[in-house]
Amino acid sequence: MSTLLAFSDPLGPRGRRKALVGSIAGGLVLLGLLGAALLVLADAGQLDGDRWSDLLSPDGFELYARGLGSTLRAAAVAIALAITVGTVMALGRLSTLAPVRWLATTYVQLFRALPSLLLIIFAFFALPDLLGRPVTRYSALVIGLTLYNSAVFAEIIRAGVLSLPRGQTEAAVALGLRRSQTQRLVILPQAVSRMLPSLVAQMVVVLKDTAYGSIIGYEELLRVGTIAGETTADVLQSYVIVAVIYIAVCFALSSVARWLEGRTTRRYGRSAAAGAVAVPGVEDLAVH
Amino acid sequence: MRLRTAAALAALALTLTACGGGDEQGDLGSGTPDTKPTFEAGTTMARIQSAGVLKVGTKFDQPLYGEKQLSGDVEGFDVNVAKILADELGVQPEFTEAVSKNREPFIQNGTVDIVVATYTINDKRKQVIDFAGPYYVTGQSIMVKKDDSAITDKAGLAGKRVCSVEGSTPAERIKTEVPTAKLTTFDTYGKCAEALKNGQTDAVTTDEAILLGLVSKSPEDFQVVGEPFSEEPYGIGLKKGDQPFRDFLNDTLEKAYEDGRWEKALKDTVGTVQDQLPSPPPVDRYTAAG
Amino acid sequence: MGLSTITDNLDVYVEGFVGTVTLTALGAAGALALGTALAAMRVSPVATLRAGGLLYVETLRNCPLPVLVVLMAFGLPKLGETFLWSFFAYGAVAIALYHAAFVCEAVRSGIGSVSTGQGEAARSLGLPFGQVLRLVVLPQAFRTVIPPLGNVLIALTKNTSVVALIDVTDITNNTELIINDTVDPIFAVLGSACAYLLLTLPMGLLVGRLEKRAAFAR
Repeated sequence: MSTLLAFSDPLGPRGRRKALVGSIAGGLVLLGLLGAALLVLADAGQLDGDRWSDLLSPDGFELYARGLGSTLRAAAVAIALAITVGTVMALGRLSTLAPVRWLATTYVQLFRALPSLLLIIFAFFALPDLLGRPVTRYSALVIGLTLYNSAVFAEIIRAGVLSLPRGQTEAAVALGLRRSQTQRLVILPQAVSRMLPSLVAQMVVVLKDTAYGSIIGYEELLRVGTIAGETTADVLQSYVIVAVIYIAVCFALSSVARWLEGRTTRRYGRSAAAGAVAVPGVEDLAVH
Repeated sequence: MRLRTAAALAALALTLTACGGGDEQGDLGSGTPDTKPTFEAGTTMARIQSAGVLKVGTKFDQPLYGEKQLSGDVEGFDVNVAKILADELGVQPEFTEAVSKNREPFIQNGTVDIVVATYTINDKRKQVIDFAGPYYVTGQSIMVKKDDSAITDKAGLAGKRVCSVEGSTPAERIKTEVPTAKLTTFDTYGKCAEALKNGQTDAVTTDEAILLGLVSKSPEDFQVVGEPFSEEPYGIGLKKGDQPFRDFLNDTLEKAYEDGRWEKALKDTVGTVQDQLPSPPPVDRYTAAG
Repeated sequence: MGLSTITDNLDVYVEGFVGTVTLTALGAAGALALGTALAAMRVSPVATLRAGGLLYVETLRNCPLPVLVVLMAFGLPKLGETFLWSFFAYGAVAIALYHAAFVCEAVRSGIGSVSTGQGEAARSLGLPFGQVLRLVVLPQAFRTVIPPLGNVLIALTKNTSVVALIDVTDITNNTELIINDTVDPIFAVLGSACAYLLLTLPMGLLVGRLEKRAAFAR
C-alpha cells in the first residue's frame, strides 16, 4: 500500500471528499451486486431453509468432515512425497555430473508441463498395467499429485539455491566441506528457509488439486459433496458448502505463506523474498 | 509408505472381523446356520475369508440399486445381492464406489473382488473380465421431463440432446442406433439426472431399472417413456479366468433364488416403488473364451 | 494396442487439441480483461473498491477450480433460464474467473515492482494519478509483468483439463474416451501427454526467454 501512495500526492480536502464519495459509490455498487445475487438465489428458492437443513444436519456434517479428512490425508502425503522427490530433483539439476543433470532436468520439464489431472488419470488407469499390480484410488491420486508437484517443488528449491550469494558455497568449500556436505549443511537449509513462502503457496495448490481425485472416484470432499447433493437433491447447496470449506482451509494455509513471506522479507530484505537475485519472482514459481 | 498403510489396513480389517463377528449377518443370512463354510486353500474364496472382507464395487448414486445415504450407508438391490454373497463367505462386504468407466479397471487391477453395479453382461466386457449371473434383467429405456410430450420413444431422440454415462452400453447403443442424437456423457447418472432437471439435456437413456430408480427419487420431475428397446442382463463382474470363484457366485445366486433371499433383497428395494417384480433369470454358466 | 492406439485415434486427439486451444484462448482473454480491471480496483484510492478486489482474489484463489466448475455447471441452472448455458460456456467462464485472480496478482505485483522514485519523479513533474500510472508506471510494470503473466497463461492451459469433469471436448476428456475405447491406457495417455507438451513446452521456452530479458533490464 505504501508503495502505491508514492504514485499520487497526499489528498487535499477536496481530494479526500472525492475519495469518500467514490468510496461510498463503489461500496453501493458492490453491495448492489451482492444484493442482486442474493435476490436471484432467493427467487429461485435456493435460500430456503429446508434446502440446507439436511446437509447441515449432524449426518451431513459428519459426511463432509470425513470427506475433508480424506482430502487432507491425500494432500499431506502428496506434499511430503513431492517435497522429498523435488529436493532430490533440484539437487540433480544442480549436479556436476552431466547425465544426472539431464535426467533430473527431463523429469522436471516433463512433469511440470502436464496437467495434474492427466497424471492422476495416468496413475489410475495406466500405472496398474505398467506395474502389474493394483493401484488404489488413493494411491493413484497421491502419485499423480506427486509427479506434478515434485517437479514444481524442484524448481522452487533450485531457485532458492541459485538465489544464495556465491560466498556461501565458497566459504563452505574453504572450510573443507565436501560438495554433498556443502549442499546438505549450508545451501539447502538456507534455500528452503528463503523459499518457504513459495513452498507453502505450492502446498495450497496441492490441497486444491486433491479435488481432481473425484474424477477417479476417490471419496474426497468434492466427491462426497456431489453424492450428498444428489441424494438430497440440493446440489447447489452442497457444492457451496464444499467451496466454503475449501476456501476456509486454503485461506488459512495461504495466510501462513503470507506471514512467512513477511518474515523472510524482514530477515533477508526485499530482493531475497522476491527471489530477484538471479531468478524470476518467487510467487511465479508456485503454479496454481 | 504404501506398504505400511496396507499393513495398517490389514490389521484394522482383522480387528474389525475379530470383534465384528456376526453383528450384521442376521440381516439377510437367515438361510444358512452360522457355521462358516470352508474353502480349498489357494482359491479366491479362501483368500477373501482370510482377509475378512469382500471388496465390492457398486454404484453410490443409483437410487434403488446402490445409493449412498447421508448416514454413509449404501442401500439398494445391488448392495443386498453383495451382502448375500458376503454372507455366504462368512465375511463383511466393504463397498467402494464404482463408476461405469472404471468398472473393468477395478476388477482387472484388484481394487475390488467383485463388481455389483447395474453391470450389463456383454461380449466386449467378457474379453477382459468374467461375469457370474445374470441376477436381474432389464432393458434400455428413455427418461424425460414430466412435462415433455415431444419424446415418446427411441426415434424421438433424433437431433435431441441425450445424456448417458461414459463407457456404458446404452451410450454405445445410442451412438450407433440414433447417430443424430447429441450425446453427452458424464461419469455418473446422478449428473445426467441433474442435467435433465436443469434443462441441460432433453433425455437420459439407460437401463429402465436405473431410470425407474431416478424417477422414484423425483417423481414430480421425471417420467420414463416408451418400451425398453434392448435386453440388459445384469451380472457380477469378477477377474477373468477365475472359474472356481465364478462357480461359487453362480451357486450362491441359485441358492438365493430358491430360499427367497433374492426375492427379499428385491422386494426391500425395487419393490418399494414397483408392484410387479420379475422372477429371477437363470444363471448363464457360459464357457469363458480365451 | 501400442502405437496404433495413438495413430488410429489421431482425429480424436486433434479434436481434443482444438478444444484445449479454444478454451485456453477464451479463458485467457477473459482472465486478462477481468484480472486487469481487478488490479486497477486493488490499487485505486477508493477503499471499497480495494476491499472488493481483495475479496474477489482471496475467494477465487482459494477455491479449487474443479469445485468452481461443477458449482457453476450444476448449480447456476437452478437460478433460472438466464443462467442456463452450455457446458462449454460454464467451463470457459469458470476458467476465466479463476485465473483472473492470478492475473490480478501478477499485474499488481508488477506495479509494485516499479521503484517509488519513478512515481515521485512523475509527481514532481506535476502529473496527476491517472497519468502517473498510464505514462510512467504501467509501461515499466508491463515489462516485469510479462513473465509472471506468461506463467499464469501456462497454468491456465494445463488447467483447462478441468472441463473433463463436465464432458467438454478437450485433450483430457478425449483421453478418457480413448481409454474406454481401446483399453490401452498407457498409450492413450502418452498421446495426450505429447499433445499437451506441444502446447506448454514452447510457451515455457518463450516465457523463460522473456524472464531472462526482464532480469537483465532491471
